[in-house]
Amino acid sequence: MRLVTALAAGTLSLALSACSAGSLGSSDDEGGGKTEITFLTNNDPSNVKVAEAVIAAFEAGNTDVDVKLDTRPQGSEGDNLVKTRLATGDMADVFEYNSGSLLQAIAPQTNLTPVTGEAWVGNLDPTFKQVVSAGTDVYGSPWGAIVGGGIFYNKPLYTRLGLQTPKTWAEFMANNAKIKAAGVAPVEQTYSETWTSQILVLADFHNVAAAQPDFAEKYTNNQAKFATTPQALAGFQHLEELKKAGYWNDDYASAKYNEGLNAVAVGKAGHYPMITFGVPALDTAAPDNVNDVGFFALPGDDASRNGVTLWEPSGIYIPKSTEGDRLTAAKRFQAFIASPEGCAANASAAPVGGPFAVKTCKLPDAVAPAVKDLSAYVDAGAASPALEFLSPIKGPALEQITVEVGSGIRGATDGAKLYDEDVKKQAQQLGIKGW
Amino acid sequence: MTTFAPAATASRLDHQPGGGRPKARKSPYPYWFLIPGGLIFTIFFLVPSVMAFYFSLTRWTLFDQEFIGLDNYVQFFREPALASGLWHTIVYAAVTSGLKVVLGMALAVLLTGPILGRGFMRSVAFFPVLVSTIGVGLTFQVLMHPTKGVINQALDLIGITGPAWLVDPDWALLSVALVDVWQGVGLATVIYMAGILSIPGEYFEAAKVDGAGPWHRFRHVTLPLAKPAGVSVIILSLIGGMRKFDLIWAMTKGGPGFTSDVMASVVYKQYQAGFYGLSTAGNVVLFLLVIVIVLPLFWSFNRSEDTR
Repeated sequence: MRLVTALAAGTLSLALSACSAGSLGSSDDEGGGKTEITFLTNNDPSNVKVAEAVIAAFEAGNTDVDVKLDTRPQGSEGDNLVKTRLATGDMADVFEYNSGSLLQAIAPQTNLTPVTGEAWVGNLDPTFKQVVSAGTDVYGSPWGAIVGGGIFYNKPLYTRLGLQTPKTWAEFMANNAKIKAAGVAPVEQTYSETWTSQILVLADFHNVAAAQPDFAEKYTNNQAKFATTPQALAGFQHLEELKKAGYWNDDYASAKYNEGLNAVAVGKAGHYPMITFGVPALDTAAPDNVNDVGFFALPGDDASRNGVTLWEPSGIYIPKSTEGDRLTAAKRFQAFIASPEGCAANASAAPVGGPFAVKTCKLPDAVAPAVKDLSAYVDAGAASPALEFLSPIKGPALEQITVEVGSGIRGATDGAKLYDEDVKKQAQQLGIKGW
Repeated sequence: MTTFAPAATASRLDHQPGGGRPKARKSPYPYWFLIPGGLIFTIFFLVPSVMAFYFSLTRWTLFDQEFIGLDNYVQFFREPALASGLWHTIVYAAVTSGLKVVLGMALAVLLTGPILGRGFMRSVAFFPVLVSTIGVGLTFQVLMHPTKGVINQALDLIGITGPAWLVDPDWALLSVALVDVWQGVGLATVIYMAGILSIPGEYFEAAKVDGAGPWHRFRHVTLPLAKPAGVSVIILSLIGGMRKFDLIWAMTKGGPGFTSDVMASVVYKQYQAGFYGLSTAGNVVLFLLVIVIVLPLFWSFNRSEDTR
């Protein structure tokens, strides 16, 4: 039944693409010969800008290929679309999708073309390579930069109050007390967009891994829990502690992500826990104050092991449904994205949020201070990938739970327990052994 | 209900003519006449329903499936969000249904009375029903903003500090319910109006002659004779309230946290998260819940109707 549908869909898209290629050819002076491929990515406006720039740069060097841009919604709605199109054999020739745990959910071995032998694979950052692999094969090239989770802080405010960037949680709380005394909201939270509430937990993972290097493995094997591992529980406790101390901004329940970025940039708030992919968005939220925002890693218990939690970029994949000429063209496009020219095209279209995952790519000189701060951690080796890149399991309800803990609806331990339950469901759905 | 009539007829023919029903009569159509309807019913309604029951017993993805018996149900009932979601569903359905019944009646009495521009007023009361629910949700999300929203700014003018509405855990569900009532009361009003207008005028005149005041005329003439309309309103709004999703999703997405999560949004979030089997089981549970609550209501109302 499904095979028939897939075949039908395949023939249909073949017929369609043949038809449009033909019509293009007849209007073209050269008289055809162009291979047309489609590239599917998410519809975030700055992402679309990057995609258009990368496509233009690629087509300039590959005149025989015509790349058409197709967009999809972000978040879970986009997830569903990608899964459905893969299942029906109707996927675009090249597409952008998450790396890490979410990649495993689209069954790469069944649905994607492995590219392990390609030359560019050797230039990939080892951690990135690991998060676009399944089994022994590599499937994707990196879309964008590696970004870090931690705290955005207002630099002029730190100078005015004579504060130092904190390396431990106690120092951080001491800074908060001084900022509050100066009449500024110490920490910004933006629960109108629930995903922003998870950063204090997720970006704390470097501290967890520093104390317990095998946490990710034990967690995947159902042997370590958030509620019973003190370092993992700390993320939830931090939320509770900050709420109880009255350190949030007044409108934390209704504020939005962009308002949060603006608040920390103009100095209405001292800190904003965020991932550095927010740097490009700072450009629109507070264009005049981008240089006032600095970044430091989430402080933990041990100053000597302070470091940043990294998020790998999403990947560019080719589905098994892409064949023949289009497969060759798609592979060239995928390789271009992992080349210095591809990185340069990316950086020309929008400010980058961190270092690239390709060794041969260099960051442009004029990057935002927050990105420079992040690079310093990465260069010093004080960095770990986020848990979702080390384990296939991430509970989907974390953002609601952290909103509850951060709003004082639920206690930290209770929240961590609830999250452990959520993780269990995900592990069972993924069919992981030992759950 | 009329939608199901052909199917009911078809299945009756399959089994036993006149099996048990008091007024079963022979179908006026030959069998072949029922094939198109029966085919559509089987392909689009019967097969998916049966499949839903089957898939609720599996852990499935778009690519494969694994039969796990009743585990999904066990898991679903262990879900911490479920207990609160179930309670919220019932509260939401009761509040919206109750307010629609009362306000709908009041509006219907007003709009069937001798007022200026009655036709126009009737349309105005019905307008919100015609607007897209998502649009209504997003609009009220702006209006109900705790500091920048028009509602709280207006309350400030008269010296009241309004609640934070959608972002206050204690108010979120109620806020959505109030918007639901505003949007849906027009439909209840129209049903009530039809009921009131079908009451012969002689009854009111006779009551008047007997010395009944306006309250008595309402209480003893309008109310009992508009009862069939009332039953429709209660059942429609109760079912509607229990399976409400779009408005809640547009306004709060079940938040803050889980404080305005209802069954439908719990199920949706599970589906979004990729727990397909679990969410299928959730839908079966929701289906049974609606039946368990609405069917007895429907029967008891119908019985009292027959005996009247």
